[in-house]
Amino acid sequence: MSGLDQIPVTIESSASCSARSRDFGNAPAVLNQIRDALERLVSSGEETCIDLNAMPFGPGDLERLTELLGTGEAEASVEALGPTRIRETGIPGVWLVDYLNAEGQRLTLHVEIATVPQILRPQPQDLACAIERLDARLTRLRDPAHSPLSS
Amino acid sequence: MANLKTPDKTLGEGLREIGLSRRGFLKFCAATASMMALPPNLVPAIAAALEQARRPSVIWLSFQECTGCTESLTRSHSPSVENLILDLVSLDYHHTLQAAAGEAAEEARLQAMEANRGQYLVIVDGSIPGPDANPGYSTVAGHSNYDILMETVEHAAAVIAVGTCAAFGGLPQAKPNPTGAMSVMDLVHDKPVINVSGCPPIPMVITGVLAHYLTFGRLPELDAYRRPMAFYGQSIHDRCYRRPFYDKGLFAESFDDAGAKLGWCLYRLGCKGPTTYNACATMRWNSGTSWPVESGHPCLGCSEPGFWDDAGFYEPVSVPIGVTSKTLIEGAAVGAVAGAGIAALARKAKKEAVANRQPVTIDELEQKL
Ligand code: SF4
Ligand code: SF4
Repeated sequence: MSGLDQIPVTIESSASCSARSRDFGNAPAVLNQIRDALERLVSSGEETCIDLNAMPFGPGDLERLTELLGTGEAEASVEALGPTRIRETGIPGVWLVDYLNAEGQRLTLHVEIATVPQILRPQPQDLACAIERLDARLTRLRDPAHSPLSS
Repeated sequence: MANLKTPDKTLGEGLREIGLSRRGFLKFCAATASMMALPPNLVPAIAAALEQARRPSVIWLSFQECTGCTESLTRSHSPSVENLILDLVSLDYHHTLQAAAGEAAEEARLQAMEANRGQYLVIVDGSIPGPDANPGYSTVAGHSNYDILMETVEHAAAVIAVGTCAAFGGLPQAKPNPTGAMSVMDLVHDKPVINVSGCPPIPMVITGVLAHYLTFGRLPELDAYRRPMAFYGQSIHDRCYRRPFYDKGLFAESFDDAGAKLGWCLYRLGCKGPTTYNACATMRWNSGTSWPVESGHPCLGCSEPGFWDDAGFYEPVSVPIGVTSKTLIEGAAVGAVAGAGIAALARKAKKEAVANRQPVTIDELEQKL
């Protein structure tokens, strides 16, 4: 017989291991902040971004918040300086933008309250040279050397 | 990233040259804002400023230290962004990281000082045996830490004291302070000194301060201990997720009682959160995994002056909460002024020696404290 038998074992009550993980009650405060931002988006189009990395969350708080927000229809990812995963929550206009580095570690996590998150839109400087770039391709098309008929 | 090494390029140009897209740049700015503890609505302003920023020259001096601060920085959790920040400064001298050794290394320091006169940043980790101490306790290339510090800061734009040793004396200064250890601000009075305290400091805080300088071209707003307000503006206690238990008077009494298991407040187990100012509660440690209080251990107060001598790690903070920070700061101000006076006198006596810096001699080594 090993001495292990002498160590008393207590079984925790089912209440403490219920399906919903424990949290420290910080999610509702952020939800209210999101609500205010949503009101501004609807009334004036003003966009807001909240850095969840800067929140004094305890274990379980972030999970609780994302659970409360739910999952929407749209999902996207951007490959630049590592992946960025964008997910619409169950509340239209409220997005989770998860900035990861190349190793998949989180750089920061934003809640964006906007019609389309910033990082998905073409950047203004890029847009400025968009026509030029397309024109270059058109010119190449007109060049007989590149025309499909010439081959 | 050697291809960023052209000093006359702006940061934006440099980043685009290494193939970073505009979206990548936006992401870099979002991560940098988070690192500087600034709200995300400042990202466009940060992007505009970083676009135009130029790389400053940085000289890193290591004195009486354990290299924990450098470890903290180089093992930081978001290598892509923090490396970019580090690549955006020109780290011209750092004992542990530079390839050059011996005379070539010292030559690199002198060259960087000459080429960037009045504009380079000096980062110091470790405390310094004061001008009256036996210089033999800590030397670099045969020269005392004190002489090297004074020579290097003379034409610096600012000095960043990284870690509690450089900021407040730290472990080397713990009683009975055998080496006569002093902090950077005890010794440097004619340059801006920024303290990035912590044992070690959170890596994101170190890079955050550098990023701030890069972005805004000036130093961040500081508290009474010259620590950046963005990171040290609030106490651990103010941002602690266990605070609701403190407010309700629910305390763990031992490390394994029912209260500890339920995540109650660690005040009675010696938590120094109420008197400690640092960013652990929000920035966390180890890839943002957790931080001491979240792992069930009280805060030790590692970013505060007198960290080693003030109180036992497991004794509850005895001073009434709310009064502490002010009293501490006032007390420290008096101490700092007295210290400044002593250091000024000592400095005067040493001035000639510095002007003609000489290696530590056998006689000096044999001199008693
Ligand atoms: S005393 Fe410590 S554990 Fe308790 S609330 Fe304050 S910081 Fe958190
Ligand atoms: S929790 Fe306290 S002792 Fe621990 S690293 Fe943060 S400030 Fe230092």
